Amino acid sequence: MSDVNIGPAVGAEVSSEGPGTPIEVLRVEGLEVAFSRYGKGWSRDRLKVISNLNLTVRSGEIVAVAGSSGSGKSLLAHAVLGILPRNAHTSGRINFMGKALTPARLKKLRGTRIAFVPQSVEYLDPLMRVGRQISPDRQAVLAAFERYRLDPSVAELYPHQLSGGMARRVLVASAVVGDPQLIVADEPTPGMSKELADKAMKHFRDLADAGVAVLLITHDIDLALGYADRVAVFYAGTTVETAPADDFDARERLRHPWSQALWQAIPANGFQPTPGHQPYAGRLPQGCLYAPRCPRKGHDCGHHAPPTVTIRGGEVSCCYAS
Amino acid sequence: MGSKLKVIKQSGAYLVRGVTLLIAISILSFVLMSLSPIDPMRAYVQANPGASAENIAKMEEFWGLNDPMPTRFVKWGSALLRGDFGTSKLYRRPVLEIIGTRFAATLALMLTAWTMSGVLGFSIGCAMGLTQGSFIDRVLKRLCLIMCSIPTFWIGLVFLMLFSVWLGWFPFGMAVPAGVAAGDVTIWQRLHHLVLPAATLSFLSFANVALHTREKLTEVMSSEYVLFARARGKSRFQILRQHGFRNILMPAVTMQFSSFSELFGGSVLAENIFGYPGLGAAASAAGLQSDIPLLLGITLFSALFVFAGNAIANGLYVVIDPRVREGVA
Ligand SMILES: Nc1ncnc2c1ncn2[C@@H]1O[C@H](COP(=O)(O)OP(=O)(O)O)[C@@H](O)[C@H]1O
Ligand code: SF4
Ligand SMILES: [Mg+2]
Repeated sequence: MSDVNIGPAVGAEVSSEGPGTPIEVLRVEGLEVAFSRYGKGWSRDRLKVISNLNLTVRSGEIVAVAGSSGSGKSLLAHAVLGILPRNAHTSGRINFMGKALTPARLKKLRGTRIAFVPQSVEYLDPLMRVGRQISPDRQAVLAAFERYRLDPSVAELYPHQLSGGMARRVLVASAVVGDPQLIVADEPTPGMSKELADKAMKHFRDLADAGVAVLLITHDIDLALGYADRVAVFYAGTTVETAPADDFDARERLRHPWSQALWQAIPANGFQPTPGHQPYAGRLPQGCLYAPRCPRKGHDCGHHAPPTVTIRGGEVSCCYAS
Repeated sequence: MGSKLKVIKQSGAYLVRGVTLLIAISILSFVLMSLSPIDPMRAYVQANPGASAENIAKMEEFWGLNDPMPTRFVKWGSALLRGDFGTSKLYRRPVLEIIGTRFAATLALMLTAWTMSGVLGFSIGCAMGLTQGSFIDRVLKRLCLIMCSIPTFWIGLVFLMLFSVWLGWFPFGMAVPAGVAAGDVTIWQRLHHLVLPAATLSFLSFANVALHTREKLTEVMSSEYVLFARARGKSRFQILRQHGFRNILMPAVTMQFSSFSELFGGSVLAENIFGYPGLGAAASAAGLQSDIPLLLGITLFSALFVFAGNAIANGLYVVIDPRVREGVA
């Protein structure tokens, strides 16, 4: 634990192999999440909200997860951390450092090698002092605080006493206390000024450059594109495309019609919304989930889920991807 | 720092409010009782069946009953300020003395009931909150809801019939066994006489406390800070200890303190059902027997008691919640 405060040495295990040779830290394959619901009387049914979700994050990279609200971004984060509610059922495979992330393993890794950065100070208990809350290990907390130029006295404050800038640094600091190899951040910037949001992103970039694998969930693709290495695009609980961030420079370089639609919605690219809406979990269409809104829809699309193929260094799930 | 000054200032304001409240209540209850059809002479007449009309008139003169109301109020009020609450016509002893002895008995009763309902309600509430949605939770919740809708007097009567009359486990009536000199009463005998009224009284609020605790704990356990605590690797037990109790124990305690008024109201009922000689029984006797000085004294005293409970509740909020402490929330 003593190496925590030596700046770039975070994720020592990873960086000892050199940030130049990335290893696959997180692999999510065919993930499904369903919720059981109580209906009338004692009847129960299952509501599938995530299906066929695939994603990898390597050491030293930021993978941004983009998608409209309700597309399953938070659920992915919660599934990785094993903090889904009790009525959730998961299937598929989640690997961490090449081995299945079993509940027993998760128990040991959560809060140390796998860290979560929440959205806001609302995720801190208002009645507990910040320092003690983050970790009972005072030395580690102070070391993490020092990294983010937080005064030791901040540890004695209550959450509501933190300023916006302090809150952002405290939350990131909470993640590095345990020397993580994987950081999952769920929308860490909403409500922040552009300047503050950029600073927050910079923290994640620095962590990635030091060898940490960062899964960055965001609704602000525009902001994320400046810092992420790759972008995974979600739609109705599934990944439709995973592309290098640079591909968002031009519409034609994107592979999936929904990614292109998202691209068009970025202010600099015309701010054009796409008609229609994401289907509700209870009423998913047969075959491709995007079919009802897809301008390129062909005969096959409505019958079976499109296969995932690799095109120009990106993965896409679409029968007619180009 | 400034927060200390604030606490002093708040306490001062509270004190002023308390005094104002007491003055208002004394005026209000005095006026109400003067206007009520209660005949203040009834107690005297009943106690002295042979009193002649002339005697009665004399007594009326002596007690100042013929003076106009404001004069009587000023007389009563100034005596009050000197610590003289008057003499009970029913018991023929100073009102303050009666309140003193009676209150000791009532306090024992209320304290027992209060602790019982608090501990029981809190534990059951925690059990429900932690197993929320399970079979146990649903059964307990149903029971609590039923309990909430049962009137206290009915519970009291059921207890009386079941445990005293049928099973004969507990005596009915009195704080101590009849025919035993006050000095010879053992603590066990006292407790024995306390159990049923206390149980009845605690039934008044324990289901409420349980449901409230359940609600709070469910809220805490599904909060974002508990989610984040789990993400930091905290176990269920650690979360309950560090976040659960911290967030629900004190609200439960403060709720208990602010329930003094229900407690006092309930004690009037419970004491009458079980013939327990506390302040509540004295209050209803005073009302029925037109013992105005005693009734006024008890009214004032109970107002003070309820006010004290609320003041403690408010004080606790300030102590536990850093946001309230700094005037943020
Ligand atoms: N506990 C739950 N029970 C049932 N459905 C849920 C639950 N939590 C989330 N969902 C559903 O799962 C979908 C994805 O949610 P989420 O991952 O929070 O979306 P977002 O991409 O906005 O983070 C939403 O449609 C939501 O309604
Ligand atoms: S699979 Fe068909 S419907 Fe789905 S996105 Fe591709 S073209 Fe459109
Ligand atoms: Mg979300």
